[in-house]
Amino acid sequence: MAVQNLPLAKALNESLRKALETDPKVVIMGLDVGKLGGVFRITDGLQKDFGEDRVVDTPLAESGIVGTAIGLALRGYRPVVEIQFDGFVFPAYDQIVTQLAKMRARSLGTVKMPVVIRIPYGGGIGAVEHHSESPESLFAHVAGLKVVTPANSSDAYWMLQQAIQSDDPVIFFEPKRRYWDKGEVDTEAFPGELHKARVAREGTDLTLAAYGPMVKTCLEAAAVAAEEGKSVEVVDLRSISPLDFDTIQASVEKTRRLVVVHEAPVFFGSGAEIAARITERCFYHLEAPVLRVGGYHAPYPPARLEEEYLPGLDRVLDAVDRSLAY
Amino acid sequence: MTVESTAARKTTRRSSGAKRTTSAASAKKASAAQGTEPELVQLLTPEGERVQHPDYDIDLSAEELRGLYRDMVLTRRFDAEATSLQRQGELGLWASLLGQEAAQIGSGRALRDDDYVFPTYREHGVAWVRGVDPTNLLGMFRGVNHGGWDPSSNNFHLYTIVLGSQTLHATGYAMGIAKDGADSAVLAYFGDGASSQGDVNESFVFSAVYNAPVVFFCQNNQWAISEPIEKQTRVPLYQRASGFGFPGVRVDGNDVLACLAVTRSALERARRGEGPTLVEAFTYRMGAHTTSDDPTRYRRDAERAEWEAKDPILRLKTYLENEGHADAAFFEELEAESEALGKSVREAVRAMPVPEHMAIFDHTYADGHALVDEERAQFAAYQASFAAGEGE
Ligand SMILES: Cc1ncc(C[n+]2csc(CCOP(=O)(O)OP(=O)(O)O)c2C)c(N)n1
Repeated sequence: MAVQNLPLAKALNESLRKALETDPKVVIMGLDVGKLGGVFRITDGLQKDFGEDRVVDTPLAESGIVGTAIGLALRGYRPVVEIQFDGFVFPAYDQIVTQLAKMRARSLGTVKMPVVIRIPYGGGIGAVEHHSESPESLFAHVAGLKVVTPANSSDAYWMLQQAIQSDDPVIFFEPKRRYWDKGEVDTEAFPGELHKARVAREGTDLTLAAYGPMVKTCLEAAAVAAEEGKSVEVVDLRSISPLDFDTIQASVEKTRRLVVVHEAPVFFGSGAEIAARITERCFYHLEAPVLRVGGYHAPYPPARLEEEYLPGLDRVLDAVDRSLAY
Repeated sequence: MTVESTAARKTTRRSSGAKRTTSAASAKKASAAQGTEPELVQLLTPEGERVQHPDYDIDLSAEELRGLYRDMVLTRRFDAEATSLQRQGELGLWASLLGQEAAQIGSGRALRDDDYVFPTYREHGVAWVRGVDPTNLLGMFRGVNHGGWDPSSNNFHLYTIVLGSQTLHATGYAMGIAKDGADSAVLAYFGDGASSQGDVNESFVFSAVYNAPVVFFCQNNQWAISEPIEKQTRVPLYQRASGFGFPGVRVDGNDVLACLAVTRSALERARRGEGPTLVEAFTYRMGAHTTSDDPTRYRRDAERAEWEAKDPILRLKTYLENEGHADAAFFEELEAESEALGKSVREAVRAMPVPEHMAIFDHTYADGHALVDEERAQFAAYQASFAAGEGE
């Protein structure tokens, strides 16, 4: 048995270590990933142990990082790329969207693109501009990419290795404000399917669907709701593309109410897709319209206002009340 | 300050200081960026001795020299104050310019009022010489805004955090100046790390093709967070310019006189319609990258000590004293002025208001937007529900 209590960041670090050990084709690339171990220390110690050929400090150019990762993948490597912060992925967005995502289809399936792009995302750490964004919908909208995000240490450990083993490009969003949260990791247990949602808390009155940083918030909200006599189920989606609608559907058929929670702006966000599909699938089960809680249609605000912008306990509970009031 | 016409003429004739060193440097191509030192334009040695340079001579009055010294000292003081405010929790983050005062003050003092500056996020000294209220610079680091000043009031653009983006804005602005037939110029700042970005390289292409009146001022402080300059380039950065078709020159970034002379000459060249120049100021980041960074993980202590010996402020002080350009009273007054600046910055930061909640929605669009209006109204109602609850 190898169960350890690890912060999410350390679980990612262990996961990368395991991947480097297991497969000599795995290469880590990015800004400051070497001696510094990344600005969040996710790659801490890896260059020391695996050398500069495996853990590569790159020039400061995101398009270059992803573009060369594509070339390395064509040559049989499995690059795991670190983008330093969410807001800095956009110089690479062209390479990701126009090249990485489409390479397989263009080659009629002859080319594999086993590239993982790790992006610390989301707010709540008091950072300056471009360091707190949640751009997952912009990637989920693009066919050819897979988009996943762990919410706890165990998923961080296992999902990252599964992403690295995938022959498809995976955008791996890391909930940066949960990096320091500890959780149990069993490094020998069989991991669940990468793209399967998980019921994180059972309940009967309403379903909260969330992913990444918002899973913890929703679990807290469910605990508060329980004190008020409401039984709230929490579904951790884990994967945004593909999205496991079956698990949400099963939950909604039980609870008859759904609130989707994410940090990203609500408008044209992943919540919209979930609301539409679940309405199609569960129209006769629903007692209330699917509600969404998320960011506003405004630029991510300066740090001193982010608590107002981010969905917190109150806003989630407010939506729970509104749904139950139908 | 006026422009030395002789320096300008010489620059035209010779095109740039870079040309002279190209052959020597290319002979040693194999050497990495820092292997063999290319020639550096220097007018004031680290020992504070005035030296001559055939292309970039400069003749400043004692008053002008004292002015440069004052700018550097006050900028350093402002920077130190911000660092300590961060330590006290008043700022979320600070990007210190410690060691880069000469590069910023020298280049900044080469500007005319009608010139336009595009900074990155560390150009506090340039902001200072542009007359930007230092408090403005702190808002984004305190987390109350994302810049929040009107760039046109001092012709000093907002700080840009996405590296290199602003070099294209600078080029476009310069193209606009040329279209208008005006004779002002643009000065764009970026770092050695940012020089690797596609945007910076594209800005070189555009500015060369359109002969835009822009001067690219790269502060090569040797590090991009933990990555040394060797991780960005195999040739000295200023030499890149020649591949794009315009001159590049490396200047001692810790020599305020040389930075002034070289930037002034490049700006004049731009005004004359001769297109862009890349100035590489060879300097050093003495502190951490930002207050969140820990340089002990990647940098030798000795390196900082080597650069402390080249401190830009000390060398000008030595020169001022040796030449009798400044007396004890000047230094004392400046010390008092620094203290006062520190105090006023501290007070201004603490007094900086946190914007109202509703400000989240402000300024998203010029023309209004139905969705924003709807969300704003919902948000207001939601906030009001708490206020009502508290009143109970
Ligand atoms: C596009 C982009 N990628 C990554 C970052 C994160 N980042 C902030 S500063 C920095 C290093 C910048 O180095 P350099 O350009 O040399 O400027 P310096 O800070 O040393 O003045 C990095 C990687 C960013 N701001 N923008």
